[in-house]
Amino acid sequence: MEDDIRELYQEVILDHGKNPRNFRHPEDATCEANGNNPLCGDKLTVFVKVGVDQNIEDAAFEGRGCAISVASASMMTDIVTGKKVAEVDALFEIFHKMCKGEEVVETPEKFEDDLDKLVVLSGVKQFPMRVKCATLAWHTINAAVHGEKAVSSE
Amino acid sequence: MRTIKVSLETQFPNGWIGRMTALNTVLKSDTEIDYNVGAIRADFPALDLKINGHPLAFLDSGASAQKPVQVLDRMDHAYRSEYANVHRGAYTLSQLATDNYENARMTVANFMNAKTPDEVIFTRNVTAAINLVAYSYGRTFLRAGDEIIISHMEHHANIVPWQLLRDAIGVEIKIAPIDDHGNFLMDKFEKLLCPKTKLVAVTHVSNVLGTILPIKEIVRQAHNIGAHVLIDGCQGIVHEGVDVQDLDAEFYAFTGHKLYGPSGIGVLWGKLDLLNKMPPYEGGGDMIENVTFEKTTYREAPARFEAGTPPIIEAVGLAAAIDYVTGVGLENIANHETQLLTYATNHLAEIDGLRIIGQADNKAPIISFELDGVHAHDIGTIIDSKGVAVRAGHHCAQPLMDRYGLVATARASLGMYNNTDDIDQLVDALNYVKDIFG
Repeated sequence: MEDDIRELYQEVILDHGKNPRNFRHPEDATCEANGNNPLCGDKLTVFVKVGVDQNIEDAAFEGRGCAISVASASMMTDIVTGKKVAEVDALFEIFHKMCKGEEVVETPEKFEDDLDKLVVLSGVKQFPMRVKCATLAWHTINAAVHGEKAVSSE
Repeated sequence: MRTIKVSLETQFPNGWIGRMTALNTVLKSDTEIDYNVGAIRADFPALDLKINGHPLAFLDSGASAQKPVQVLDRMDHAYRSEYANVHRGAYTLSQLATDNYENARMTVANFMNAKTPDEVIFTRNVTAAINLVAYSYGRTFLRAGDEIIISHMEHHANIVPWQLLRDAIGVEIKIAPIDDHGNFLMDKFEKLLCPKTKLVAVTHVSNVLGTILPIKEIVRQAHNIGAHVLIDGCQGIVHEGVDVQDLDAEFYAFTGHKLYGPSGIGVLWGKLDLLNKMPPYEGGGDMIENVTFEKTTYREAPARFEAGTPPIIEAVGLAAAIDYVTGVGLENIANHETQLLTYATNHLAEIDGLRIIGQADNKAPIISFELDGVHAHDIGTIIDSKGVAVRAGHHCAQPLMDRYGLVATARASLGMYNNTDDIDQLVDALNYVKDIFG
């Protein structure tokens, strides 16, 4: 169990949790959504600037949450910048499976680097109640780019 | 009776007495107390559990308490040998089940010092009890423009039913404020009282801050201007008990599962003449006098408010739980919990970066806290790996969290079975959290 805890709270997660990247409110965001995890009170707002050809030119977030949810949002905003909306959708699907401990059948080669980074968050699979923390930011960006205003991970 | 006289040395590890003396707190080594926490723990099977390889330190009784074997066995026996539906059959088992159910009502009535068991309505939980009042009393006795005062410390069960009522009939809700320590501000409350105030609905004890509210004074002030009072007792009755005749409120509601009884049963106590002026909340069997398709007449309280098959065995279990806590003695339990609260508060305060939320002058054994740089949910997960169970989150009291600018706290809430080992295990586990977070 303590190994699982150490795996969940790896240095990289603690670092992103304490010093989140892209923690800001960009003026030129084209869409945003609020994410809410009512179980523990995590609240995030994700801002996205979607440019021509559905290209994500900038992603950022603000809010308060546990180390897992903040680290996940921090890493996500880094990773999605420069990708197309459809690619983010596909990546989320794979990441979601990773977090739930489900088998990922095939991973496109172009996502390999991203998934290598995101794998640190897959420690949540040992903690079913924390899967929502790891996926909240992704649910929220999904809501933002697809035109929903708010999402609850309940 | 389990009030066995034992000296402290036989109850607690030796080291504890030394530490208590050093802290100059309530206990001295030569003190004798009427409380054998070891014998009480032996009655609670769940406390033998190992969680993630560690003994369970259960510090979440404020959310729901563990059950003693006396409750479990009583319910098991009632299901095996005394079960039928109540108030229906003319056969032996049905009579036995009915007697059990009505005896449970009598036990509750005695426990609260109700004038008559007819004032005791069995509900699903405290939420159902408050909703019953909001719907039945609220829509009968309140009008648009009337005011309801609640406190800033309420949990959602004593906020949302009044908001539903406000949206339905146009009453207004006023909030009685608290100070930064979590004290209820009596003078500010008095200023809110006015001729428009028709109902005051406040908690007995805050589930987040542990504050014990001056409910008797609140009732007195409210009655001075002719307002009625509902007390949400789900935390308070566990720690202080209640004498409803002495308190003189119109309604007192509590839930069984926080009182070491089963889930699925709660109690609404109300003054009988008022209950009998209130219309039914739910319609169905058991609450009727006579039914035709044209017109139905209703029985008086409590039957009027208990439509359908009630929580029969849960009532039996609740009575067993009340017998258990009264056997130990509510006052003995409260003394033990208060001593343990002092011990816990002192030891938690020694943790660098830990801040206790709620330091009211008069406090029940509930400790909400924050740890610098660590979200409550992370605390909850990490200390669970050391066998420690606390609640993390907004505790169904979001307006209170907003009052303190918090999104979440961790909360240790103590029960009659907790001991200093549980607190030590919590402190060690919190140091482990700090170790991980650097």
